Amino acid sequence: MSFFLTLFVLFVALAISWRFLGSYMAGVYQGNVKFLYRFEKIIYTILDIDPNSEQTWKGYGLSVIVFSGISLIFTYAILRFQNVLPLNPVHFGSVSPALAFNTSVSFVTNTNWQNYAGETTMSYLSQMIGLTVQQFVSASVGLAISITLIRGLARKKSSYIGNFWVDLIRGILYILLPIAFIGGIIFVAQGALQTLSGPMTVHDVLNNTTQVIPRGPVGFMESIKQLGTNGGGFFNANGSDPFENPTPLTLILSVFLLLVIPFSLTYTFGKMVGSIKQGIAILMAMIIIFGISLGIGVYAEMQPNPAVAATHLVYQSSGNMVGKETRFGALDTALYNIASTQTSTGSISGANDSFTPLGGLILLSGMMLGEVSPGGVGSGLYTILLFALIAVFIGGLMIGRTPEYLGKKIQAKEVKLAALGVLIMPITVLVLTALAVSVKAGVGEISNLGPHGFSEILYSYTSQANNNGSAFAGLNGNTAFYNITGAIAMLLGRFGVIIPVLALSGSLSTKQIVPTTLGTFKTDNSTFTFLVVAVIVIVGGLTFFPSLSLGPIIEMFFHRKFF
Amino acid sequence: MQTTKMRTQNITHKSGILQKKSLFDRSILKQALIDSLKKFNFKTQIKNPVMFVVFVGTIITAIESAAKPGLFSISITIWLALTIEFANFAEAVAEGRGKAQADTLKKMRTESNARLLNSDNFEQIVPSSQLKKGDVVICEANDIIPSDGEIIEGIASIDESAITGESAPVVRESGGDRSAVTGGTKVLSDRILVKITAEKGETFLDKMINLVEGANRQKTPNEIALTILLAALTIVFLPVVVSLQFFAHYANTSIATVTLISLLVCLIPTTIGALLSAIGIAGMDRLLQKNVLALSGRAVEAAGDVQTLLLDKTGTITFGNRMATNFIPLGNYTEKNVASYAQLSSLSDETPEGRSIVILAKNKFNMREHELKNELGKDFEFIEFSAATRMSGINYEGNKIRKGAAAFVAKWVTEQGGTIPEELATLTDTISKNGSTPLAVAVNANIVGVIELKDVVKDGIKERFNQLRTMGIKTIMITGDNPLTAAAIAQEAGVDDFLAEATPETKMKLIKEEQGSGKLVAMTGDGTNDAPALAQADVGVAMNSGTTAAKEAGNMVDLDSNPTKLIDVVEVGKQLLITRGSLTTFSIANDVAKYFAIIPALFSSTYPELNALNIMKLHTPQSAILSAVIFNALVIIALIPLALRGVKFKPQSATAVLKRNILIYGLGGLIVPFVGIKVIDLLVTFLHAY
Repeated sequence: MSFFLTLFVLFVALAISWRFLGSYMAGVYQGNVKFLYRFEKIIYTILDIDPNSEQTWKGYGLSVIVFSGISLIFTYAILRFQNVLPLNPVHFGSVSPALAFNTSVSFVTNTNWQNYAGETTMSYLSQMIGLTVQQFVSASVGLAISITLIRGLARKKSSYIGNFWVDLIRGILYILLPIAFIGGIIFVAQGALQTLSGPMTVHDVLNNTTQVIPRGPVGFMESIKQLGTNGGGFFNANGSDPFENPTPLTLILSVFLLLVIPFSLTYTFGKMVGSIKQGIAILMAMIIIFGISLGIGVYAEMQPNPAVAATHLVYQSSGNMVGKETRFGALDTALYNIASTQTSTGSISGANDSFTPLGGLILLSGMMLGEVSPGGVGSGLYTILLFALIAVFIGGLMIGRTPEYLGKKIQAKEVKLAALGVLIMPITVLVLTALAVSVKAGVGEISNLGPHGFSEILYSYTSQANNNGSAFAGLNGNTAFYNITGAIAMLLGRFGVIIPVLALSGSLSTKQIVPTTLGTFKTDNSTFTFLVVAVIVIVGGLTFFPSLSLGPIIEMFFHRKFF
Repeated sequence: MQTTKMRTQNITHKSGILQKKSLFDRSILKQALIDSLKKFNFKTQIKNPVMFVVFVGTIITAIESAAKPGLFSISITIWLALTIEFANFAEAVAEGRGKAQADTLKKMRTESNARLLNSDNFEQIVPSSQLKKGDVVICEANDIIPSDGEIIEGIASIDESAITGESAPVVRESGGDRSAVTGGTKVLSDRILVKITAEKGETFLDKMINLVEGANRQKTPNEIALTILLAALTIVFLPVVVSLQFFAHYANTSIATVTLISLLVCLIPTTIGALLSAIGIAGMDRLLQKNVLALSGRAVEAAGDVQTLLLDKTGTITFGNRMATNFIPLGNYTEKNVASYAQLSSLSDETPEGRSIVILAKNKFNMREHELKNELGKDFEFIEFSAATRMSGINYEGNKIRKGAAAFVAKWVTEQGGTIPEELATLTDTISKNGSTPLAVAVNANIVGVIELKDVVKDGIKERFNQLRTMGIKTIMITGDNPLTAAAIAQEAGVDDFLAEATPETKMKLIKEEQGSGKLVAMTGDGTNDAPALAQADVGVAMNSGTTAAKEAGNMVDLDSNPTKLIDVVEVGKQLLITRGSLTTFSIANDVAKYFAIIPALFSSTYPELNALNIMKLHTPQSAILSAVIFNALVIIALIPLALRGVKFKPQSATAVLKRNILIYGLGGLIVPFVGIKVIDLLVTFLHAY
């Protein structure tokens, strides 16, 4: 299948899903979808939840923290005690405290940064009950948070923003489980592994070597890994491992799954605030950044690898194939990896480290712009709405009115919360990178010196603070220093944004809705889309330009070319 | 009761006392320069988070350059100090005019004597500063009214020019809505008893002085929100710049502290940070130029948000008084007959309506009033208008001529033994439906015809309402007229809606309804019964001629007592926000060019390859950094006039305004510094500094 046909099929599939999944998700969170109500009710009874009672933002936030805290302890405990727990055919030992902490934070925060190789570290129980469960629930938490912000904008003079437990359960039951189930079947049908039978030993008579091939419950984990924009795979090689991502079809399916909810949420948003056009304006902002990034990134990977070209030994007709699978080729791999860094997925089907400098810059920029194009499940929408609020504020002033978004006045409190939510990520990344490049524990673990080593460290914190989870490789992250500072980055990048967003939801929902007139700042047209994109690019650019110029940009100039 | 001067014709106001000095008057600039230097202190600077960072940065570079003197570090220190000075200067200039005005007003407050009427009804001379609330004072011609008060007895013409700048005297009298007098104004004629209504230090004059001085200027809600955004942008650039030093160490180099501070100052939004308070002060000042006193900055901002304007019909939409526009004959009479009898019967009628009848007859048929008076000889007797008869007229050469309300004239004719023509009823009905008032004219037992008195809609008001509509503002006309008349005038004036037979209660209800649907409402008022509605409205503009209660309830006072001013107030409010938003956009857009100037300069020795980013081809790393700092400082000075005058505002739809401002201030902000920094770099290089 030619690359452009791939893009076309993906576009059509996403467009259809946008309309129907978007509308369906609105129905789920408005309580109109009830076909699994029987199960829902049982869960509510067990957990003693009244599905009709709602929470204030503080109550909601407290529930999120309590739930995430319990998830963290639960996952940590499984990893620590996997040696004595069942479903451990290879008899892996207990995961070390620092790594278990980093990993449980990583999966609870929807990051899926992996300082370990799954097939040589984790038992099946750890993979399934520890990590895969978090891939469902952390995605559902993200969805729930984005829904509260939509409710905040849509409601009038209400101090309630929904019930966290209900939102969490509905997200899993009606959205994530059904889609992940169908996706999982396709993965397995295409040849992804799904077994609990332990590794296989193969004796190669010809070479007289014995090889142990790890196996496990891979296919269904792969499905939620992409759908929940988690990105943490069963194997260390992630999506470039043929047991995870066997065929070009599963590659396209992966890209579809990781993009489908973040894009479709803009329809949900439009529907819930009563104007699809509002959702389209946000969608277009996402598409513009995604489209430009994809265009540049794919073009960059179509170019020959500069280091290989310097040897004059190989004719590189199919682009930069270093670190890429021949069954996917340069273009599909670029599409996969760019889509997974434009969302907060972070899964890979080829080595990020081996991308051309410009291609690598695109991977980084997707995250540095705040993971909003379209970003993670839920987190993409709520983060871009923070940027939208800042755009509304500046734009609103420029037309001479107290700025308002969807009739809600954006005042000091909202500006404060939106700015906090937007700026916590760059501040975290810069401070931790500065720390890592200054101490031996940080610099000692990189495999390249100079700008490339700098890029490795910068990439790792950018990835973790954006809850992306992809790695630039080359950095040995499994040390106490990187495990702990990385966990801090992930926690700040997740809850440092979620808390302001919830406070914002609470503050917005109490407000009156100002009626629309000709004097109202329009937020459903191309001018607004342009303004949102400009704010995203300028905030990202201004905060990261100096550090980028010391990493990927200077590398480009070293090569005297961009590719 | 014709007490206020009819000056409603001019929608654009005339100049008052508060407009004596131009924005950049030499004496104001001189004073501002002195004041700006006084602002170089910790206490003043810490109020502005952006400039405070520059302030601290300057101190550090000063210490650095004292420790290791060098042309570069000294130049940077000087230009950073100048950046603060320019910001101080902008604020001082904005305050300057207000201070000059306050000085003028303070002179009026100087000690004077008051003629206190004590409990035994004796007059006693006391210093006006000793007056208390509730005291009664006597004021006669040439007396200065000692304090704010209410006339409890008498009527007087008063020169209020000291407060309003309006030289024509106004009439104030006891009872009704024209009874308030202001301390500091001068009685021109007659004698009044004034009951003092304000304690010392709380008079209107005191409030005005405080206001123009900006003594306790509070930050307005949008200003606070913007300050937070600017503070956030400042805070995020701190780690950006500080982390750079650690990154430099990693690359085996080091960046001079002076250079890092230069970068920080260039990145944080100094342009808007420096001008923010000046913009706010200037906005209040612009309202003062229009002779409107905003008692809170909050109200000025709210004015920009207003979505519904309640406008009194009389004085705002129509000229205050109905005027004769037509003579319509009945039966065998001609138009000229009607005009002639109407004029005769109106000679004694000194009301504006009566005058307008005389004038219309004169204009239409060249009937001269004074000639008529001569012709009359001695055989006549004027019949004055009375509320009981609702008619005025003249008994002249044995004929009884009357004009007045149609029903009353008809009754009078019947009493005289005449009959009423059937057309009269239909004619008066038609006139009423057109929004006009019919007056009947009769001679003895015959109805001669009808005079049409019309509420004349002001020229240009319809266009004004169209502009408001494109800005998304709904206009509602408030009138005591019946719904039929109101509808006709509303149609003619082009307002969106009207409230007929308005009472203070219905007005209040309307405001609450509009606010209930989330709208901000502005209104004007002058009477005591307007006070609750003025307090309820988001923007309540009280007329200076109004009662004390009205003035206290509103959040603005219009010294000209011109209700049309409300529209100007809305525009000033919008302009204030647009200026802030546009300069913020400009300030942030500027950063792009500064990065391209400074980043290659920082690592020129370690990574000479980064010079590829030096797209402006700046001469040396030092000249690049210095040029960026100089540009950053000079742009503040260059934008002071814009900040003080406000960004040009045209009544357009929101989207059109936005596109225009993004283009000018966004795109402009992106391009201008590239050019500016390059030019400064050429100059710096030319001077062989580097």
